[in-house]
Amino acid sequence: MTATTTPYDQLRGPTTVRRLISAPTAGPLAALVLACLFFSLTTEQFLSGGNFSLIVQQVMVVGTLAIGQTLIILTAGIDLSCGAVMAFGSIVIARTAADGTLSPLAAIALGLVVCGGFGLLNGLLVQMIPLPPFIVTLGMLNVAFALTHIYSAEQTVTDLPAPLTALGETFPLGGTDITYGSLVTIALFLAFAYALSSTSWGRHVYALGNSPESARLNGIRTSRLTIGIYTLAGLVYGVAALLLVSRTGVGDPQAGQTDNLDSITAVVLGGTSLFGGRGAVLGTFIGVLIVGVFRNGLQLMGVASIYQTLITGILVILAVTVDQISRKKAR
Amino acid sequence: MPRNNRVLTTSVRVAACTAAATLALAACGSGAQGGSDGGRVKVGLITKTDTNPFFVKMKEGAEQAAKESGLELVSAAGKFDGDNAGQVTAIENMVNSGVKGILITPNDSKAIVPALEKARAKGVLVIALDSPTDPQDATDALYATDNVKAGELIGQYAKAAMAGRKAQIATLDLAPGVAVGVQRHEGFLKGFGVPETDPSIVCSQDTGGDQAKGQTAMENCLQKAPGINVVYTINEPAALGAYTALKAKGLEKKVLVVSVDGGCTGTKAVKEGKIAATSQQYPLKMASLGVKAVADFAEDGKKASGYTDTGVTLITDRAQTGVDAEDTAYGLENCWG
Repeated sequence: MTATTTPYDQLRGPTTVRRLISAPTAGPLAALVLACLFFSLTTEQFLSGGNFSLIVQQVMVVGTLAIGQTLIILTAGIDLSCGAVMAFGSIVIARTAADGTLSPLAAIALGLVVCGGFGLLNGLLVQMIPLPPFIVTLGMLNVAFALTHIYSAEQTVTDLPAPLTALGETFPLGGTDITYGSLVTIALFLAFAYALSSTSWGRHVYALGNSPESARLNGIRTSRLTIGIYTLAGLVYGVAALLLVSRTGVGDPQAGQTDNLDSITAVVLGGTSLFGGRGAVLGTFIGVLIVGVFRNGLQLMGVASIYQTLITGILVILAVTVDQISRKKAR
Repeated sequence: MPRNNRVLTTSVRVAACTAAATLALAACGSGAQGGSDGGRVKVGLITKTDTNPFFVKMKEGAEQAAKESGLELVSAAGKFDGDNAGQVTAIENMVNSGVKGILITPNDSKAIVPALEKARAKGVLVIALDSPTDPQDATDALYATDNVKAGELIGQYAKAAMAGRKAQIATLDLAPGVAVGVQRHEGFLKGFGVPETDPSIVCSQDTGGDQAKGQTAMENCLQKAPGINVVYTINEPAALGAYTALKAKGLEKKVLVVSVDGGCTGTKAVKEGKIAATSQQYPLKMASLGVKAVADFAEDGKKASGYTDTGVTLITDRAQTGVDAEDTAYGLENCWG
């Protein structure tokens, strides 16, 4: 079947490390290392454990969103609603817990269910009607955005109970300050990297992205698989919602407005093809770090924010160009 | 607007434009049903967005004033900060529905001018609220905060509070080229008595007025210059983000954070000591003055003109000698949002 043409299936039984450095992750990894080298040489403060742990803290929310985004892009879909769904989830968690309607744990569970529900709805519309993912998630972006503002009555929720902010707390580790949330993000990345590369579910996801028709003919229940992927992505956005609340310590109805595009940026920078079936979730982690490293490093250099945006834009175009060229070679 | 000037990126904008036009149409459509003849005099309010507490409060002020003056309020808003097309559509629809006057907080001070000129050519009184147009005389009148003064007040306050100690300043700004952000920043430096290029300014970063981005910016600034002891912030969400970052480093008691806006959440943060002082502005007053001007125009045909400063007050519970201020009790009574 088509899936056998993916780089992963060509490498039979390789270790995770070998997978990480194999295409399409090698390019992004090289870019990340080069960027780190550059900033280490140009600024005094960049090269320190404290600074690296800070970068991970700063990217954990978008990074978690980008996990869900990777799953959907691997099926040749796209999710424009992820930031708005997360924002709605975070307001649900913050409000229900802050006003005492629910216990903190129940509020978190409700947030996960709500975000998962949005994912399920996206999946059903994409699969059952069917509608292009771009359109479905564009609509859902507006629905979630509006619900966030209606439900929050435009008010930021403050005075959150401690369990909601626990993941934003830090613990010292060899001169660095690690947040518990960063560990959650890293654990999710590892779990999805394993699931995608070493389980039959993972192979089915790649097969679906390469060609839904041949995947179906090969006995994969593509309809159920697609709906499952969107739902799973929604649940991951729910985790991102909790991380957002814990990092900022408030429920902010204005949060996450550009996070959908930031997550797509991370996926693309990480070498995952927008055409589906090709890429890796660990690449996305590298993509997220590239953005975080550039933002942090340029700021340490004293470069204005607008140049950070400029450089990120150029990097995205470069990444897609590399993807296209390597696709042509692969044929 | 200064408070939450989040810049949406292009592809979202494309989507948002469509929605904004729909919203604007819907808002004006419902207003038009009142009929342009024989009904009450209509006044239009067009805000930058309808999701920002500042504009929510402004709309409330306008509704209240319209009720008192026996006017009918029709309102519309851009979908996101910077949505000029949505505001132009709203102006056109309002003029068609026969409004006597339009109150607008322009998303784009220059791009909105031609649409406003067309409205004025049809005899509609146009008043800018909160932000001027460029040129300012593209509207009949302007009711707004003096943003330079708002910055100056917190600059003077910070200078006094530092009591001669050597300052290391971080400025958490809005976005490149947005007038309110630039004016407040310059006002702060003027009040603090340092030039833009002064070595005591050790870190400057744009936040878009966003709490999460304010936090990230402050974290990076502390990485760059751990000795920062004064933080100027464009608005209170950015200030609260900075506070979170400072608290994580155990610096929240050692660093002076000052801000502008006077929203209720922000004023509460001043009371709690998270922010040392803030300059409070008054959106409700802008709106009510605007509505009254339209009511007067409908009655005697006399158009309002010029700039009216709607005032700004320094709010703090740790007043410094030589700097006029009110306490947070006053601030909470007059806050918005």
